[in-house]
Amino acid sequence: MVKGARILIAGLLCAAAGTALAEGARLMGAPEGSKFEREASLLRGARDFANYCLNCHGAQFMRYNRLTDLGLSEAQIKDNLMFASDKIGGAMTVAMSRKDAVSWFGAAPPDLSVEARVRGRDWLYSYLLAFYRDDKTPTGWNNLVFPSVAMPHVLWSLQGTQKLVESEYEDQEKAEAAAIAAKGLALVEPAPGGKFVVKTLAEDVPGTLSGAEYKGFVGDLVNYLDYIGEPAKSERINIGIVVLIFLGVLFALVYSLKREYWNDLH
Amino acid sequence: MATDDSVNSKKRRFLLGAATAVGSVGVVATAAPFVMSLWPSERAKAAGAPVEIDIDKLEPGQQITVLWRSKPIWVIHRTKEMLANIAKLDSRVVDPKSEVDHQPKYAKNEDRSIKPEIFVAIGICTHLGCSPTYRPEIAPADLGADWLGGFFCPCHQSKFDLAGRVFKGVPAPTNLFVPPYRFLSDTRIQIGEDEKGVAASTPS
Amino acid sequence: MQRLLTWIDDRFPLSKLWEEQWGKYVAPKNFNFWYYFGSLAGFVLVLQIVTGIFLAMSYKPDATKAFDSIEYIMRDVSGGWLIRYMHSTGASAFFIVVYLHMFRGLLYGSYRKPRELLWIIGCCIYLALMAEAFFGYLLPWGQMSYWGAQVIVNLFSTVPFVGDALGTWIRGDYTISDVTLNRFFSFHVVAVPLLLLILVAVHLMALHEVGSNNPDGIEIKKQPKDPKTGIPLDGIYSHPYYTIKDLVGVVFFLIVFSIVMFFMPDVGGYFLESNNFIPADPLKTPEHIAPVWYFTPYYAILRAVPSFMASQFWGVLAMGASVIIFVFLPWLDRGAVKSIRYRGPLYKSWLAVFVVSFLILGYLGTVPVTVWGQFTGGWADALDTKDRATWVARVLTLLYFLFFLLMPWYTTRDKTKPVPERVRW
Repeated sequence: MVKGARILIAGLLCAAAGTALAEGARLMGAPEGSKFEREASLLRGARDFANYCLNCHGAQFMRYNRLTDLGLSEAQIKDNLMFASDKIGGAMTVAMSRKDAVSWFGAAPPDLSVEARVRGRDWLYSYLLAFYRDDKTPTGWNNLVFPSVAMPHVLWSLQGTQKLVESEYEDQEKAEAAAIAAKGLALVEPAPGGKFVVKTLAEDVPGTLSGAEYKGFVGDLVNYLDYIGEPAKSERINIGIVVLIFLGVLFALVYSLKREYWNDLH
Repeated sequence: MATDDSVNSKKRRFLLGAATAVGSVGVVATAAPFVMSLWPSERAKAAGAPVEIDIDKLEPGQQITVLWRSKPIWVIHRTKEMLANIAKLDSRVVDPKSEVDHQPKYAKNEDRSIKPEIFVAIGICTHLGCSPTYRPEIAPADLGADWLGGFFCPCHQSKFDLAGRVFKGVPAPTNLFVPPYRFLSDTRIQIGEDEKGVAASTPS
Repeated sequence: MQRLLTWIDDRFPLSKLWEEQWGKYVAPKNFNFWYYFGSLAGFVLVLQIVTGIFLAMSYKPDATKAFDSIEYIMRDVSGGWLIRYMHSTGASAFFIVVYLHMFRGLLYGSYRKPRELLWIIGCCIYLALMAEAFFGYLLPWGQMSYWGAQVIVNLFSTVPFVGDALGTWIRGDYTISDVTLNRFFSFHVVAVPLLLLILVAVHLMALHEVGSNNPDGIEIKKQPKDPKTGIPLDGIYSHPYYTIKDLVGVVFFLIVFSIVMFFMPDVGGYFLESNNFIPADPLKTPEHIAPVWYFTPYYAILRAVPSFMASQFWGVLAMGASVIIFVFLPWLDRGAVKSIRYRGPLYKSWLAVFVVSFLILGYLGTVPVTVWGQFTGGWADALDTKDRATWVARVLTLLYFLFFLLMPWYTTRDKTKPVPERVRW
């Protein structure tokens, strides 16, 4: 009876002929970067965030004086980065009112303080690389990772423009294989007639940064967004190492003590 | 069973001692973040942060009020006449030399200020906390002929001179508080911070 | 020191309490790995209460402020991030420890006479813990908090006749709102912790009345006494033996706990869900609502049961039954022996089936029902749903209940081994 049940379960699991389509585009992995480069990357990211993002997006939980974590002095922060507040203890709030935002864009640009905790680094990295020209949208831009997004490609002058490339395939397996082979951003979608289309992007008009430079720029921004999502992260990891070493020592001691007492019983 | 009891006992005592010592360190280290969490948070520190003001447009005799840690701070540009009048009032005030600790070291002088012409004080009566009015005029009808300028508290009629010193015979017992402050430049004052750093508590 | 103790003892039974409850409480000497989890559960309870007290100093139970107040704790309060992670990791740790603690009961027949009431009180603690976790999860006021609460309270609305009124009464409003948040805060911070503390005290009193079971299921109280010590042959005093042994358990637990808390507090979204970093939005339902991992086996059972007579209430009943059925174990188990060490192949097989079902149901509860695709072919059109995962869940739900319902039959028919007189390590 039990055996029969087990065979049934196994059979059902094996009968998985055809799996569900992966949700969303294949993402690119955000580069980690070495520890040495990290602080410099975060400083560039902080600057770029203030210059390009703070006009529309807020980071209301991030205080300006927290940036002293990154080795900046309060004077440097005041001179180079502060737009939204005149007090160093103030937060990176957005200048645009919510009402204006909704009327201009249809949706208020979300606050980015914890966006990295919602989306993850890879998604954010891919998203900022995935804008392409699309005349059918209100802004003229679309995004492979976030279809029909209300945000225009703010960084287009740096990246240049991309255009959409579509290729059709007879079945899902061939389409997925092609998506993997594309080695970059790719989205597989069902098409009419039971076919599948693979969407990728191609460079159109170049921008002021080269491909590699733009990826570095986005990498810095993603590092910064990751950082503001949880500023205490590096402190957390460092304390964790000390705690584990301490607990290791304590464990050795209490375990020896336990053996010492329990030897009485054997 | 153990063969040699005394050796075992020594080992046992050592282990117990070591485990207790290391464990205690752990307990203190674990308690630390909880204890620390009760200190003012970044938000409280930001709200209570020092306030900077420009005084280049402050006319002689003029008073401005700014808010620091929810308290009104008066900044007054005192004239030479006012300063001369303050000197005449030593015998009429309770604490002419500011012996009671209601001001930082640099304000423990006749004028109770860093620069005589700029007076900075917390505008709260030391009796029961009302905010006195600024009465710089000489001998007004309601305050009498011997009034040489100062502050008058409407709640219980306490009186202070233009250095914030409390007069004898009024309900208020002590001089007005002078907050920690300093000059960032000739025309810019920072209230709430001085050479010692940001004020740890708020005088009251 | 001794004089102070005597002064107190003359006025308050301090030494007596210590000795009866712990110091001279005689326990079997063969407690193994499975016996750490009771003291660990008590440890985690204290941890949650202490961290909860400090979180409540800064948290704001107001729909417009709650989400922000948690980021305030994470960033602006000194050490706040550590206290928050302790509490979130502790919540999941509590369930891991309690599930293992309950499983020990299944392994060694700890619910058998005379420990039936002890087991029932334990089941009450389990229910109270689930309530505490449910109320607590609304507090961060993220998308998952809001919509998870919406779904679960809607379950109460499926009760025939009184459902709608019941749902409104629980919420205090027509939908999950600030009113609901405030009352859940009161439940989570005051009411249920008090209940938990009372239940744990009663649980320990019941335990000390009947004495502890052990991995062999031998009743040491029935053993002859050691002439030198006057206590049963296989008994030892809890102090110092289990004081020190449980301390080792606590330190090891802290190592695992610290690895999670300091290096991966999110645990890939299982302990802290990504969607919960989006503030609650009543206008936007997330694509995929799932309860926190410790509720997922029951959630899978809920989803597996189809609606009959246009009501979803049957799924709710099945889910409720799947939790309550634990209470009946002392009467379902008719086996001749208590401990799995002496049970036959029937019980062992069924226990294995139960564990596998519980784990796979748990996994299925975390993913959408479409995770394993659909059945294809003409015959599938006759089914009420083509989702493969739902059918697997239905089979597993059946097996889950059969473990309990067939127990009176297979425990009597099982070929058991003789139980020895003395315990084995």
